[in-house]
Amino acid sequence: MRLSEADSHALAGASAVPTYLHDGTTVMSWLNTRDHKRVGVMFLVSVILFFFLGGIFALLLRFKLLQPGPFFVDALGYNRLFTLHGIVMIFLFLIPSIPSAFGNFVLPLMLGARDVAFPRLNLASFYLYLAGAILAIWAMVQGGADTGWTFYTPYSSTTATQVFPVLLGVFILGFSSILTGLNFIVTVHTLRAPGLNWMRLPLFVWSIYATSVIQVLATPVLGITVLVVAVERVGGFGLFDPARGGDPVLFQHMFWFYSHPAVYIMVLPGMGVISETVSAFSRKNPFGYKAIAMSSLGIAFVGFFTWGHHMFVAGQSTFNAGAFGILSMFVGVFTAIKVFNWVGTMYRGAISFRTPFAYICGFLYFIVFGGMTGVALATTSLDIHWHDTYFVVAHFHFIMVGASVMAFLAALHYWFPKMFGKTYPEGWGLVAASLIILGFNATFIPQFLLGNFGMPRRYYQYPEHFQALNVASTAGATLLGFGFLIILIYLAIALKWGSRSETNPWRSKGFEWLTASPPPTHNFDETPTITQMPHDYRTHEPGGVIRVA
Amino acid sequence: MSHEADALGLPPGILAHHFSSLARQNEAMRLGMWLFLATEVLLFAGLFTGYSVYRFQFPEAFAECSRHLELTLGTVNTLVLITSSLTVALAIHYARTDRRRAAAICLVITLLFALSFLGIKAVEYAAHFHERSLPGKYYAYEAVKIPGAAMFFSVYFLMTGLHGLHVIAGMSVLSWILRRTLQGRYSSRYYTGLELGGLYWHLVDLIWIFLYPLLYLI
Repeated sequence: MRLSEADSHALAGASAVPTYLHDGTTVMSWLNTRDHKRVGVMFLVSVILFFFLGGIFALLLRFKLLQPGPFFVDALGYNRLFTLHGIVMIFLFLIPSIPSAFGNFVLPLMLGARDVAFPRLNLASFYLYLAGAILAIWAMVQGGADTGWTFYTPYSSTTATQVFPVLLGVFILGFSSILTGLNFIVTVHTLRAPGLNWMRLPLFVWSIYATSVIQVLATPVLGITVLVVAVERVGGFGLFDPARGGDPVLFQHMFWFYSHPAVYIMVLPGMGVISETVSAFSRKNPFGYKAIAMSSLGIAFVGFFTWGHHMFVAGQSTFNAGAFGILSMFVGVFTAIKVFNWVGTMYRGAISFRTPFAYICGFLYFIVFGGMTGVALATTSLDIHWHDTYFVVAHFHFIMVGASVMAFLAALHYWFPKMFGKTYPEGWGLVAASLIILGFNATFIPQFLLGNFGMPRRYYQYPEHFQALNVASTAGATLLGFGFLIILIYLAIALKWGSRSETNPWRSKGFEWLTASPPPTHNFDETPTITQMPHDYRTHEPGGVIRVA
Repeated sequence: MSHEADALGLPPGILAHHFSSLARQNEAMRLGMWLFLATEVLLFAGLFTGYSVYRFQFPEAFAECSRHLELTLGTVNTLVLITSSLTVALAIHYARTDRRRAAAICLVITLLFALSFLGIKAVEYAAHFHERSLPGKYYAYEAVKIPGAAMFFSVYFLMTGLHGLHVIAGMSVLSWILRRTLQGRYSSRYYTGLELGGLYWHLVDLIWIFLYPLLYLI
């Protein structure tokens, strides 16, 4: 017997209780909500909005790069475009995307909790995000910054563009990220349902937990770094200014102390999504549960000791470079453990090739190739050749767009019925997934080649013999853009006119499916007692039972 | 159920609906605060790193500038802050033994100590502005002209400035819990809010305990 409609309805108190979507429909009931699900939905809408904004910047960039010489925008405009693309995609999309949107929505459901530990703080985190976003957008309207998202000094402390409001925006966004992470850690520690011990936690929870640790411990360092740059711009303090005895490489150390672990803020939640969905669509319990859970913590831990690999050519000692290179490769080991176990989960499973599964396959491919080029880049001798070329750009886009966005889309399709109680069109889903995976390869494989041939990143002009590959890359980006647009259109249509989905259309045994879809405001009428592992498809019992009080 | 039993007799609004018991909620609040304190430590860690780098780069300038700070004022301020940590700890002690009036008085004394800390710091800052021992490009101090002296004052102003902002933040926290104490929210049954405010104040104190020797003594 599967976890049936009846079970779920019993847990959610059937139809008598309104869903969280219908519990108050005024705008204020959303803006002033304490409900983690509504905060999650507000985050989801915002990050999708910013994803498209960042995507438009990317397409404009690629459009300019069709021509080797000056074309479409001037050099300053080009610098502003790639800066805005980076800032929007990293701080407004990738970092909050899976944790703040899906984490907020499903984490308490997976724990059998009624809400996150600090609901008001959760809402505050959303408003801080909005405030940071508004500051950043205001800076764009004022002309934007031209430093790249990395704000390297002394350029960032001397350029005439609007760096100051952007830095302030990043500081505020950091606060939002810290508060979300803090909230999730406390929630996992204190709000687990009876019977839900640590070794029964869903793998998504493990990955969000590891992410939160990074958010809490790394983000403050970025906060102080951008604050010092801001003070430097206003007050000429000179901490990172060589003209005043300051050390610009110190900035790089402090910046990457956050920004390298931040890569794992962007990719660990995606790994959690893959762990959930690969089980649900292979109808098999996670293979190597402990290995997947612990490798998340392993990545979070070792991620703090790899930042120096961004400074191989910045005058770092050979010993340091070697040490950072070797430490960076450990991330590859932990990631490989996960990939092995995901494939092991599929092995002899009953695979249903739905849209989320297409994205799982995409994810596996991108994480393996992105990861392997990462290991190659961590090798100092190779890095000297590839440093600051398009090879690096292609590498991190494989991880951050390839892997993370695949996971984001897998999550979006997998939890769409959970969040909104609607069905998306499966056919269109697969079409869009194929377009995106194809377009993505067409965009970034030429960039690997360009980088290897020596084309530096962030340059406005390039030699003519690079044009063919650049045109191919732009064509791929256009395809990619179409793919995302198709998803936006069919999901918007499904939201409005889509057919009512079943409570558990995937017959998934993830704990978040123990309640109705969409869930009522209080999640569970009675707190479920967890009696087995998540995604245990071997037994015929549902994942949790109601203990009658 | 324990939720209902716990909520009984407490002022309304203390036990949130999603916690199964008061003990669990207290645990969550304490963990949340400790995590927040960890973020504060890391925020300052960036500046401590900067301090170490430039201290090794300009050892003479840092030693010389350090000797030109007002050691007496710095020492008095250290004593003021340490004593304020004692009074806030006493406030918690009195609240959990149901002596609300004494708790409130201790919080008021703590606030006064905090205010005098800021006052003394303002006197020091005024002297710096007067003798132009200022950060970075504004540095024009006649007494020390070694390279790196301007960097010392950049670091000095960043560290004491950020700490000063935390003193102000701490004072807002203390005023808030003073208000809550006067409203009768804290008692032997529930005093977590007060305890957390106290924790935050101890951190503000603790950071100064590191700043004082680094800037004034060595």
